[in-house]
Amino acid sequence: MRNWLYLHWRAFLHASTRLARQPLGTLLSALVMGIALALPAGAYILLDNIASLARGLSGTPEISLFLDAATQSGGDGSTSANANGDASESKNGDDDKLASAIEQRLQAETELASFRFVPRDEALRQLERSGLGDVLGGLAANPLPDAFIITLRSEDPAVYEKLAERMQAWPGVIHVQLDSAWVKRLHALLGLGRMAVLVLATLLGLALVIVTFNTIRLQILTQKMEIEVSRLLGATDPFIRRPFYWFGVLQGILGGLVALGVVWAGVAALVDPVTALAETYGAVFTLSGPDDASALGVVAFAAFLGWLGTEISVQRHLTEPF
Amino acid sequence: MIVFDAVSKRYAGGYTALDGVTLRIADGELAILSGHSGAGKSTLLKLLPAIERPTAGTVRINDQDVSALPRRAIPYLRRNLGLVLQESRLLFDRTVFDNVLLPLAITGHPPGDAAIRVAAALDKVGLTGREKEFPAGLSGGEQQRVAIARAIVNRPSILIADEPTAHLDRAYAAEIAALFRSFNNAGVTVLISTHDASLFAEWSPRRITLARGRLLEA
Ligand SMILES: Nc1ncnc2c1ncn2[C@@H]1O[C@H](COP(=O)(O)OP(=O)(O)OP(=O)(O)O)[C@@H](O)[C@H]1O
Ligand SMILES: [Mg+2]
Repeated sequence: MRNWLYLHWRAFLHASTRLARQPLGTLLSALVMGIALALPAGAYILLDNIASLARGLSGTPEISLFLDAATQSGGDGSTSANANGDASESKNGDDDKLASAIEQRLQAETELASFRFVPRDEALRQLERSGLGDVLGGLAANPLPDAFIITLRSEDPAVYEKLAERMQAWPGVIHVQLDSAWVKRLHALLGLGRMAVLVLATLLGLALVIVTFNTIRLQILTQKMEIEVSRLLGATDPFIRRPFYWFGVLQGILGGLVALGVVWAGVAALVDPVTALAETYGAVFTLSGPDDASALGVVAFAAFLGWLGTEISVQRHLTEPF
Repeated sequence: MIVFDAVSKRYAGGYTALDGVTLRIADGELAILSGHSGAGKSTLLKLLPAIERPTAGTVRINDQDVSALPRRAIPYLRRNLGLVLQESRLLFDRTVFDNVLLPLAITGHPPGDAAIRVAAALDKVGLTGREKEFPAGLSGGEQQRVAIARAIVNRPSILIADEPTAHLDRAYAAEIAALFRSFNNAGVTVLISTHDASLFAEWSPRRITLARGRLLEA
């Protein structure tokens, strides 16, 4: 085991020496790999930022539940779930009963994160403050219904729709408004974006495997003599192959580091303009680069591609029996 | 003990390089293999480290049938043999020290002890102090000495050399011959092919002669 570790250490040194002895070739390969990897990595970071931006802008998507104004204003009672036929009952009392009945139903729902009752008077005041008061001023009575504003635990549009459908059937509910249309659209767009990143990463990953394959093939050719002599002196296949694996993996790691550098540079260049742009929309937003886990992921992915290219090359070019 | 038992070697092209060779070489023997060019000397030597495999017959080293060895076992066979091949086969991008170190590096020998062994091997071939030089800067005779140091650094009990004195002038060739004689004196079995058996005549070695793949004298 110690001997095995020592042999790996020797192979690692051997490979590093080879990389260091041809700095230009090493640099060019690292740049090719790095720039190619920076594309999907950068796109991924961008998507991540858009997703968090979207969450920041909308807060949490809401459901608005409007109560039946007819039940509230008319003394009719026939449409009211809680009609008790007492004509002398005040209008407010009627409202309160309907509101508290809905409230009870809402409390029984497990999917809700929060809900808030907005009485029709408050809704009118909000509308007046927003500058639409003049339009409403002409009306004799307040046309707005009482409402509940509901937020859910889940961000899944499907959950929203199912709940909204159920609420629509509740007595006294005249309309359920769902602002999930754009949530749905965003979800779909992000999904599409992630798929595009995946396809891009796969294609460019394949290209990098091919690049490594060829680099290792050339390395094997230039070291043909050394390989032959080593075999004659009793080198096993793993001994012959080890330095090439290290070479491929080290080159992959260098490529991954270059990719991270490119992404970081891109983020650094864009952070101020993006913040300024967000401010014009009244939003506070800072573009963020990859976190430690993603950074490590990029380097590990690059190292894996290097290993894979080497593996194929070694299987292809280093298996002929001597 | 090296045993060739009815060994034939027919190359892929159809040429029969060895034809029914039966031969024994005892431990500690000094054996000189001669014959005309194309007689099959190199082929015979290449069977021992399983560089080539016989098409018929068996080759045994210390009761191990090397002609039937699985591919995976071949590296371990070669580690116990000292090989000096027809072309010196040094690595020209490595120093003398690193060339001689190679067999020890292959087995993952601890570096401290390896350095001592390399120094001892270079001392035996008379190249002490030349460790940091590169082979290209050495004469043909000196390069051959490096190749010999590399062959003995693992302290093999059998030393096989294919025309180690070719391309050397007579004085150098005699020095190299004496070097092999000294290893043989130390108990190593030595098998050398040469065009010039007279170089070794003073030690009256075992003479093996091949002609067109057949044994003339053994
Ligand atoms: N790999 C090979 N493929 C086909 N034929 C070969 C191969 N190696 C050797 N031969 C043939 O086998 C015969 C014996 O070759 P070998 O190298 O053993 O002779 P040799 O006695 O070492 O000759 P020399 O003194 O010139 O080195 C030669 O005719 C040679 O052409
Ligand atoms: Mg020959």
